[in-house]
Amino acid sequence: MRTDQTRVRVLLAALAALALTLGIAACGSDSDSSSTGGEEGGASGAAIQSNPENGKVSLTIGSKNFPEQEILGEIYAQALTAAGYKVKSALNLGSETVALKAVKTGQISGYPEYASTALTSFFGLEPEEVPSDANEAWEKANAEFEKEGLQAFEPTPFASANAVGTTTATAKKYGLKTVSDLEGVSEKLSLYGSPECRQRIDCLAGLEKLYGLKFKSFTPVDIGLRYTVLEKGQADLSILFTTDPQLSAEKDKYVILEDDKEVFPAGNVIFVTKQSVAEEAGPDYEKTILQVQEGLDLKVVQELDARVELEKETPKQAAKAYLESAGYIK
Amino acid sequence: MTASLPLASFTGAFEFIFTPQESNVTGGKKVGGLDKSLELLVKHLEVTVLALAIALVVALPLGLYLGHKGKGEQFAVGLGNAGRAIPELAVIALVAVLIGVGLQNVAPVLAILGVPPILNNAYVGVRQVDRATVDAARGMGMSEAAIIRRVELPIALPTVMGGVRSAAIAILATATIAPLAGVETLGDFILNRNVYGENGLLAGAILVALLALTIEGLLALLQRRLTSDGLKLKTV
Repeated sequence: MRTDQTRVRVLLAALAALALTLGIAACGSDSDSSSTGGEEGGASGAAIQSNPENGKVSLTIGSKNFPEQEILGEIYAQALTAAGYKVKSALNLGSETVALKAVKTGQISGYPEYASTALTSFFGLEPEEVPSDANEAWEKANAEFEKEGLQAFEPTPFASANAVGTTTATAKKYGLKTVSDLEGVSEKLSLYGSPECRQRIDCLAGLEKLYGLKFKSFTPVDIGLRYTVLEKGQADLSILFTTDPQLSAEKDKYVILEDDKEVFPAGNVIFVTKQSVAEEAGPDYEKTILQVQEGLDLKVVQELDARVELEKETPKQAAKAYLESAGYIK
Repeated sequence: MTASLPLASFTGAFEFIFTPQESNVTGGKKVGGLDKSLELLVKHLEVTVLALAIALVVALPLGLYLGHKGKGEQFAVGLGNAGRAIPELAVIALVAVLIGVGLQNVAPVLAILGVPPILNNAYVGVRQVDRATVDAARGMGMSEAAIIRRVELPIALPTVMGGVRSAAIAILATATIAPLAGVETLGDFILNRNVYGENGLLAGAILVALLALTIEGLLALLQRRLTSDGLKLKTV
């Protein structure tokens, strides 16, 4: 009896220790694992110079809760570290509402946001009112942010948007190329998307209202399952992202339908921060962020997403590989 | 046109439960309200009952049998404790790859949460029954199955029901993650802060809490009804 209990305890302690180790390994894997070097893009920037002045400033870089965001967060965090700042990261913050609140309350210094999301979700624009030009969208968002004591840095080269995706087989069967092609067949098709998709005007609500489509069913799933449901044959259609690596890696398997009525505004990423934080951090803060995002075109971002989503690297490793191969850090 | 984020208030949350409210991201369509709240509440209850039923079918006979035999304590207790440490969300994602999403995914995964308390309590409850009583039953010529059913289970019932109540609450609380796997429960209000706002989030939490209290109360009542009079504490 006694030995039994002891054995159980030892077993549980071992399990707990194992779980802890795994947990640490999952979020850790520090900078010692160098040379995961990749061949991204030709963009070779100048190396970031460390400024001893910046050592006095502590920054916390945040991100929302999906791989692309975490990679961006890591890129900014590691670049700012290279510039001499004391940097912590708070990735995986959840939705934009949570992230924006964290910036306002000073829990994080800043985080990357899609200009389109900022305009529709924070400032109440309809999707069709979002400018398709990246700079115009940024200026519009920045003007609104400034009213709140916030600031958005200039946009990244790449843009990301939601998209209706399906398998090539389904697209062929129903002759689907654009979202409008769904007219008349959507009643037979099931759509899967993130839980908030149902109500969002830049998601299901927009497809219903602006395209006039009705689907057989809408089923909410975790964003991480968007390809699983297509692969399992459960979903006929699934809400994907235009930056998804699967779209180039498995070109003959998945396609996205062209958004011919522009329900899904494309968004370039703008780094959102507080004006007071930017002033305190000095000029290197904005300079470093703008410098490292120069190389982020669609192809590079898809490859970074692929490293994390398909090859199971950590966002930290992927970000490091990008910064090294582009020559920003050594 | 502002980015202000009003804090949640109880008044706001109750308004959200009863009347549809404005939302930033829906293009003018209102969200929440009594119809939606009830729809989600019913679904939440459905998922919980189904998962609890699966957990009962799996864990109760096993716990009673092991307790009766006095065997497998390590198994019953160890499995029970390990079961509590399983991250449900990870299991849902794993199961999604195997059988997809929906009720057939969520219900068994939530049932995993219910197994430990039911198994543990059934085992312990039966073990605690006075051996002299069991021997007396055996001496009267009762079969082993009859001993479990007519002697051990009735005496162990308060402990067994304690496990069922823990299981029900654990499942009910965790059913809030079901919208991540295709089943829209009250978790919808909680997970989608972008759509429903802070008041929606609080409304979801309030509804789950009220539901938990109701279920707990009903099960306590059931326990009193099922417990043999001879076992009840005398109030005089």
